[in-house]
Amino acid sequence: MDRHLDGNDGAPGGTPGESHGGSSALISYLIGLGLSILLTLASFWAASTGAVYGPGVPVLLAVLAVAQMGVHLVFFLHISSAPDQVNNFLSLAFGIFVVALIIFGSMIIMANLNHMIMPMEQIIARQR
Amino acid sequence: MSGGLNPTVGKTPLSERGPAPVRTVVGFGFWLFLLSDIVMFAVFFAAYAVLSSSTAGGPSGRELFDHDRVLLETCCLLLSSFTCGLMLIGSKRESRRLFYLGALATLALGLGFVMIEGIEFSEMIADGAAPTRSAFLSAFFTLVGAHGLHVTVGLAWLMLMATQVEAMGFTSMVQRRLLCFSLFWHALDIVWIGVFTIVYLGAG
Repeated sequence: MDRHLDGNDGAPGGTPGESHGGSSALISYLIGLGLSILLTLASFWAASTGAVYGPGVPVLLAVLAVAQMGVHLVFFLHISSAPDQVNNFLSLAFGIFVVALIIFGSMIIMANLNHMIMPMEQIIARQR
Repeated sequence: MSGGLNPTVGKTPLSERGPAPVRTVVGFGFWLFLLSDIVMFAVFFAAYAVLSSSTAGGPSGRELFDHDRVLLETCCLLLSSFTCGLMLIGSKRESRRLFYLGALATLALGLGFVMIEGIEFSEMIADGAAPTRSAFLSAFFTLVGAHGLHVTVGLAWLMLMATQVEAMGFTSMVQRRLLCFSLFWHALDIVWIGVFTIVYLGAG
């Protein structure tokens, strides 16, 4: 495969066998579908079963979701850390960084504000 | 393909290689758009995470959400991601039969998803759980509605692409547009993983 030697980046979504439209692309989609179905069913099972320790369920769900997103990125979007994917991979890393900053930053700041602010009953009591 | 045009380019330094193939540039640009779209969804996710317990005495997620229905929606979207892959393989092999088969299956599964979500929304609003009821429901309808809107736009795009294949055949321009569509469709599926984990399963 000369595309790995020339150093130019490939398009995201381009598959290893895409120049022939080959069977390796089909196998990649099949693997992705199988793994995704397993992870989805595991998520719904973990949310409804009592077999998992209660406070551990959100952690398990988060792990399963991140795993399934990884499966989608690798087997459906064909993003990898291969030499011809450097630009795609770096922009993905920056995107994940911004997303994490927005979500966890908001949650931490709002939880902190909720913690600091006086409960409504006390505000009303003081104004009397 | 990046390497297919000039295989001898391997040893030349970066400064002498010339521009990347159009397909690579288009794919990269659309990938950047998708990442910015995902950042927009991250804002909606953050709003939902902050507001999910602010029900203002109204119904909570635990009372509203039906897991079986969400599993059905998830299966629709997951299978449509797979059939979208088949469609892309069909376009690369320039096989109209495989392409139209994949496109039709993707369209049917996507329509099924949008219809189930439409039924869910209308039932919730009929039960008094409208977006105006509480901050939790505003955040819910914004997040899930934005995703549903993306899927609807994707379906319109898919029908447009089917007519373009019919009218122009598998030219390199149509192939690039199909690559962008498949990236869009797979990215929507990734957003949906976050939606069903955080919104539907996280609520119990």
